[in-house]
Amino acid sequence: MVVDKRKSRISLFFIHLFFMLFCVACIIPLIAVISVSFSSEMDISKYGYSLIPREINLDAYRYILANPFQLLSAYRVSIFVTVVGTIMGLLVMSTMAYVLSRESYRYRNQLAFYLFFTMLFSGGLVPYYILITQYLHLKDTIWVLILPSLVNPWNVILLRTFFQKIPAALIESAKIDGARELRIFFAIVVPLSKPALATVALFTSLAYWNDWWLSLLFITKERLVPLQFMLQRMMSTLEFLTTHAQNIPSGMSENNLPNESARMAMCILAIGPMLFAYPFFQKYFVRGLTVGSVKG
Amino acid sequence: MRVLAISKKSNIQHKPVAKRFKHFRDNLELSLLALPAIILVFIFSYLPMFGVVIAFKDFRYDKGFFGSKWVGFKNFEFFFQSQDAWRITRNTIGLNAIFIVTGLIVSVSIALMLYEITNRFFVKTYQTIMIFPHFLSWVVVGYMFFAFFNVEHGLINGLLKMLGREVTNWYTEPAKWPAILTIANIWKSAGWNSVIYYAALMGIDQEYFEAATIDGASKFQVIKNITIPFLVPIMTILTILAIGGIFRADFGMFYYLTRESGPLFPTTDVIDTYVYRSLRTLGDIGMSSAVGLYQSVVGFVLVLVTNLIVRKIDPESALF
Repeated sequence: MVVDKRKSRISLFFIHLFFMLFCVACIIPLIAVISVSFSSEMDISKYGYSLIPREINLDAYRYILANPFQLLSAYRVSIFVTVVGTIMGLLVMSTMAYVLSRESYRYRNQLAFYLFFTMLFSGGLVPYYILITQYLHLKDTIWVLILPSLVNPWNVILLRTFFQKIPAALIESAKIDGARELRIFFAIVVPLSKPALATVALFTSLAYWNDWWLSLLFITKERLVPLQFMLQRMMSTLEFLTTHAQNIPSGMSENNLPNESARMAMCILAIGPMLFAYPFFQKYFVRGLTVGSVKG
Repeated sequence: MRVLAISKKSNIQHKPVAKRFKHFRDNLELSLLALPAIILVFIFSYLPMFGVVIAFKDFRYDKGFFGSKWVGFKNFEFFFQSQDAWRITRNTIGLNAIFIVTGLIVSVSIALMLYEITNRFFVKTYQTIMIFPHFLSWVVVGYMFFAFFNVEHGLINGLLKMLGREVTNWYTEPAKWPAILTIANIWKSAGWNSVIYYAALMGIDQEYFEAATIDGASKFQVIKNITIPFLVPIMTILTILAIGGIFRADFGMFYYLTRESGPLFPTTDVIDTYVYRSLRTLGDIGMSSAVGLYQSVVGFVLVLVTNLIVRKIDPESALF
């Protein structure tokens, strides 16, 4: 018995050790980016990147904030797309999910198949690209960043599973009282489903905030570039920042601009709000994932 | 007699139409409620499905979808005769297979180990940190990767220099990338996926464990005979879905982590990056649409076959 206890204590020690190492591995890349963003250009060229800056240097941030137009414009686009996309997406997905959840709806199976099939088969990139650019003429419009990903089948299924738990008697009695379906949905179903709706809202807004795919395909206009795409373009063109500089802060000249650190600083400024929001929101994501994993 | 027969027949035909109309009318309100989503799905998912016929055409922008000439299987021949077909198919399936196996092992192990920890504070803290990478986009992860693998200033080469070892130009060494991408995949998704398994473990009735302890079962026996069997249904479902998607690569990962470095293509070029490149860089619509259709069809067949096999073995776990 004593041996057993000691054995389990040793194994518990190793389990904790594993998790601590894993957690460090999860965080270190972020620390590296933050550290580089605070390093001076001279230290970088002399010693390379380091996990702890030799001295805290704010040149990169001063430089970006002297020319904040690009960053602000990208923020504006990302915020608009996320807010509008989440509201519209929630509306169309929840109404469809509600219809799918109604036992009495006659075309329920057909509609479920109609949705489910899109998860198994897709037309591929090329017809999609040609449709959007040549026929819908959505290229270089703000709507191309919103409309194509409004309906996410997973989220519809998640919502439907939740709506199914609402007692049918409740809906029937409202119908007898003469309420219309639209009214039943907004007055009865929505208030009862706040947790599920909040979860899907979070999933959707994260997807919009992190999306780079639609902008990579369809955006070429400067003023429609969202954050992720801005970061992507800065990565592929090293001197992107330099060519866009109009105001150079004092103490810097064209030759010693903080290129290396500014890029990483831009990354931190772009993901900053998410980093702060993350600790508050992550538990809702975990809850949502667990709700969605119920087979239904 | 004949007249009678006809009238009878028409009567039979007539009834369902009226009935159908009644059904339609009775369900109209709900149908209208679902209509916005139906239209969106039709436009952005179904129209491209009809559009796959582009693969059999010599598409030209000036002639459009309907005006372009039919060319049969020419686009496919061109692709399958090239060296690329085998390379990108092998990379896509090979790397995805590695991701599926390693991902499954690591995330189930994480869930099992997390289950051993009784202190809620530690469980929550570990979980919060481990799912953090899931919330980052591949673009941002690309930046983080660059901080490590950058040839001149990168942390890994810095470490190698410090140890007196030779530095590596990571973005021109294809042999190292299958391992790098496997680690990246685990880093980004294992913590998040383990949440599902952990939730399933939390649902196990404690009585099973008590009974096992009374019977004198060892820790290992308990895990093998009680804990893992509880996870098998979820593991099966998620694996079927993953195998169904084995022909589809995570574009963002392959595009942003490798920084589109040409020398890496032998091991990192997958169907999705190939299609994107032929469409956007080379502008070869015929070829890229043929490859896209090849991907969709084989992927679809794989889902059906996997599901069929699972249904034969264990009907409960099948998706449909």
